[in-house]
Amino acid sequence: MAADDEGDRTKRRAGFVPYALLSPGMIWLILFFLVPLATLLKTSLSAKPSRFVPDVEFGWEFSNYTDSLSTYSEQFIRSFVYAGAATLLCVAIGYPVAYVIATRGGRFKNVLLGLVVVPFFTSFLIRTLSWQSVLSDNGPAVFLLERLHLMGLLDAAGIAENGRLLATHAAVIGGLTYNFLPFMILPIYVSLEKIDLRLTEAAKDLYSNGWQAFRKVVLPLSLPGVFAGSLLTFIPAAGDFINAAFLGSPNNSMIGSVVQNRFLEQGDTPTAAALSFILMAIITVGTLIYARLLGTEDLV
Amino acid sequence: MATDRPPEAALGRVGRWSLTAVAAAGFVFLFIPIAGIIAFSFNDPAGKFNIVWKGFTLDNWRDPFTPGPLTDAMILSLKVAAISALAATILGSLIALALVRYRFKGGVIVNLLLVLPLTTPEIVMGSSLATLFFDIGVDRSIRTVIIAHVLFCTSFVALTVKARIRGFDWSLEDAAMDLGATPWRTFSRITLPLITPGILAAALLSFALSIDDFIITLFNAGPTDETFPLRIYSASRTELPAQINVLATIVLLVSVAVLILGTLFKRRLDDA
Repeated sequence: MAADDEGDRTKRRAGFVPYALLSPGMIWLILFFLVPLATLLKTSLSAKPSRFVPDVEFGWEFSNYTDSLSTYSEQFIRSFVYAGAATLLCVAIGYPVAYVIATRGGRFKNVLLGLVVVPFFTSFLIRTLSWQSVLSDNGPAVFLLERLHLMGLLDAAGIAENGRLLATHAAVIGGLTYNFLPFMILPIYVSLEKIDLRLTEAAKDLYSNGWQAFRKVVLPLSLPGVFAGSLLTFIPAAGDFINAAFLGSPNNSMIGSVVQNRFLEQGDTPTAAALSFILMAIITVGTLIYARLLGTEDLV
Repeated sequence: MATDRPPEAALGRVGRWSLTAVAAAGFVFLFIPIAGIIAFSFNDPAGKFNIVWKGFTLDNWRDPFTPGPLTDAMILSLKVAAISALAATILGSLIALALVRYRFKGGVIVNLLLVLPLTTPEIVMGSSLATLFFDIGVDRSIRTVIIAHVLFCTSFVALTVKARIRGFDWSLEDAAMDLGATPWRTFSRITLPLITPGILAAALLSFALSIDDFIITLFNAGPTDETFPLRIYSASRTELPAQINVLATIVLLVSVAVLILGTLFKRRLDDA
């Protein structure tokens, strides 16, 4: 077998070679990813004697964790609810887009994929600012919806609040959905592209109807894409604070907003560190449970 | 014939119709803010904030690269992205080569260490790196920004290149050596041409990730280092000149041009 040959050959001349290739990058990852996580943990258990001096003193201050959890539980819950809603919306929009490109793109597949990516060549902040002006009180969205007499309906549905689209839950969730949508579309597209679509024909030959063929054949085979896309959407969305800052009001602030404020503006690094650690712990545990549920543990 | 039918025919007429409608709405959604950015590059704003439409003008386009903080920030971002992408491409490609070509102990740990940065929220990465720099007494500067950018780009490069070169027929290398090629000649004539497309794609991805990074940069930049996203963020509180829209539109046009040229180039390569 080729694989065995390769194994034998590489074993012969491997020795230190792979480690030499790995070490520069791995040293970088250890020094600037793992070590910082350790200092973050240390800082999260430190006390800050003075507001005006940036130094912190380590001392097993577990109260940082309990205090920040009780003070900011609202922002934590909001972050996960917003990120969850954005992820669901991304699947609802992204799956059909990926499905249509994969099954009906034909010669235009690459063009359509390009169209998905092109909007994201502009800066993340500029895109979000553009949503801000589109949704603003004097902006085109409110104007159009008022002309169509739909604002009342949106108010009733809880999407608009008092005739406003900006500074609402829906605006922040919509912004998160928008900004992370390609991270959902592309992995789903990749997994759909791999499926031999004749399988659906086989399913129908075996007397399943169209919906069954989709549900029993295509959907399960595309789940790895949905899984990867959900992680790539949910994780950055849960830690984001730009959409909340530009599209929400102070009532829509997320945990990222708090970390940013505590760390960079108040200089309260222990609280910021504790909040960061809690966020990471929840996301890691959540990812493991999610992987178990969907049965796709080998993500890479 | 049944096998010629498009597979979504399975969904029935209503299913197909609604699928197309949702997908079309998705594409419209993707381009709403882009249309806004382009339109507002022609706006003649009343005050400092280019947010409300006042009237059409071409003035903003007369001199898009007017010297000033925005242009400076753009140049700084281009430099940071070029350096970070280059460094991350080298580090990441070496890791990918080691993972695909060699058997060694600890591969699982290497893979885990590559994936972890991607499943860590930016705010955690940014704040943890900043605590490290604070802890060891390193002042935050453009150097610490580059360190951070190389970090998250390296993971992306390693995973992208690994995925691209996994299925290659490496026995070609043996064939070259059997035919008397020196190791260096084998590398430059066989290995390099095989892995170059994947590496180029990864380098472009790194460049794009670096130039647009905001959260990690915010935590690790010195007080006077303003990359383009940082400049936009501080501007968003005091003024939003139409120049931002003009620059964004130019970046968009250049990217689309690169995309089209790349596609045409690839097509010619495929035809040849």
